[in-house]
Amino acid sequence: MSSRIELLNAGLLRSDGRRPYELRTLAINFAPQGTADGSVTYSHGLTQVRVSVLGPHEPKQGTRRETFHDRATLNVEVQLAPFGVGERRRRGRSDKRLLELAASIKSTFEPVVQTHLYPRSTIDIFVHVLQLDGGLLPACINASTLALATAGIPLFDFVCAISGGVYGTQPLLDLTTVEENDVPSVVVGVMPRTGRVTLVQMETRLHMDRFEEVFRVACDAGKVLWSEMRDALRERTGDLVDKLEAGPGMVVAKETET
Amino acid sequence: MLSFISFSSQSTDSTYHRSARHHPDVEDLMDVDDDDFSGSEPRLTCPGETITSSQAFMRGHGTYVDKEDVIASVVGTVERVNKLVTVRAIRTRYNPEVGDLVVGRITEVQPRRWKVDANSRQDAILMLSSVNLPGGVQRRKLESDELQMRNFFEEGDLLVAEVQAFFSDGAMSLHTRSLKYGKLRNGQLVTVPPILVRRLKSHFISLPCGVDLILGLNGYIWVSKQAKDSDQGEEGFDAEAVYSNQNDDIDSATRAAISRVSNIIRVFADHFVPLTDTLLLEAYEWVIEQEGDAKRLLLGDTGDALVAAMSLRC
Repeated sequence: MSSRIELLNAGLLRSDGRRPYELRTLAINFAPQGTADGSVTYSHGLTQVRVSVLGPHEPKQGTRRETFHDRATLNVEVQLAPFGVGERRRRGRSDKRLLELAASIKSTFEPVVQTHLYPRSTIDIFVHVLQLDGGLLPACINASTLALATAGIPLFDFVCAISGGVYGTQPLLDLTTVEENDVPSVVVGVMPRTGRVTLVQMETRLHMDRFEEVFRVACDAGKVLWSEMRDALRERTGDLVDKLEAGPGMVVAKETET
Repeated sequence: MLSFISFSSQSTDSTYHRSARHHPDVEDLMDVDDDDFSGSEPRLTCPGETITSSQAFMRGHGTYVDKEDVIASVVGTVERVNKLVTVRAIRTRYNPEVGDLVVGRITEVQPRRWKVDANSRQDAILMLSSVNLPGGVQRRKLESDELQMRNFFEEGDLLVAEVQAFFSDGAMSLHTRSLKYGKLRNGQLVTVPPILVRRLKSHFISLPCGVDLILGLNGYIWVSKQAKDSDQGEEGFDAEAVYSNQNDDIDSATRAAISRVSNIIRVFADHFVPLTDTLLLEAYEWVIEQEGDAKRLLLGDTGDALVAAMSLRC
């Protein structure tokens, strides 16, 4: 492996100064976007993704034949901003990589969203990638989980995803673009409550002996992400509940609606 | 059509940053017993969070059972009624109940029925047999009515109706079989999250400034010029008047009042304040005292000042 940037130096520091198992800074912003039912802007280091969720709603005229009589359909669309990557390039909606990304997100969430509650409806997930610095699929999945939760769509559990790789024999977590280009990597998505894995994706070649270690470390990292995401969501919900309960002119009468 | 995108004044403090690390022992799972439910603090949940054991409690909406635990599936507050545990989502699409008053927009005209968008999971259905036909309330449906459905409601029309029943897949069935329901005109539609519209005794509110409000429980609110009370006898159900698409002439003072009320509603929706008629009355008086343009309400600080003033008064 010849690279101009040293990915892991003798003192076990990576190119951006992190330790091998250290994750990048998370920033989660729940500001409402237009008419979306749920929206979140999620940053993982320099990778920034905005996800808007619309639904469940009546399917539009063109997609009506895809509806199921007993459950909802998920529709995922991914768009990459031209200024998001180093070289500025306009990518159309039918770009193969983006379509593949959308398909991965859709298959990750099909067993997680309780679609049996919404027959003949559609749930739209619109993903806009604003900045890209490695870890695109994990960021999209984490942001989609938060957006679906904010939209009030019932989920069986969170899905927390993280990318992992191996440099020599040392497993690394949360890879940046520089590291992804050089090092074999795997993306793991877990449902933290039960520890079940909903997504394992690898496009490079990784030695079998190394795989187990990376996989286990990535699953543990998923649990850490889960506590962060849960706290952010709880803070936001607490904020809304306080405004709702303590609104001006409100008589606090507990409604017992089932 | 111009639409209003919400304020961004809150985005600065809603970004969540955490770079601190916790000792593993600090995080502990919630141990639930009966006492937890009787507290005055609302208990917040996230999807995948265990609420309690399913042996003692039954599960309701917003939860599911896995082995022996009742687990929340939405983000919201836990509510308990005797042995039933439910989670009420803090932000969700409108959940219809029979007898609710909703404001909707016609999206499609189908044989003998209309499809109405009512901010719910599926479009609601308005059957031809559920509307008042001109020439008497009890008139039988003729075949010519089926061919002239667009004379009654067309795509894009707004109407107020009541939920009559549900279809097997959960779609609402609406009816307008009352003189106060039907097509809407002379006004403006404002959309708010459905959870902010509480169930009141009457959803038809009349403000003293000459503005009428219809608070649809699905979050669609109709702000219009006050309707004159015309005596509508039972026999003379005039189709020309009820199904007409012609707006009346509205003078500029009433237009300004309608704009002010719409903006007040948007401000409250953005600050997540539940809407009641007394609140809107007080807010309108406050806005009149400020003597500003209706547009000024849309600025961030004016909106914050309004909400703060209302909290002080009530």
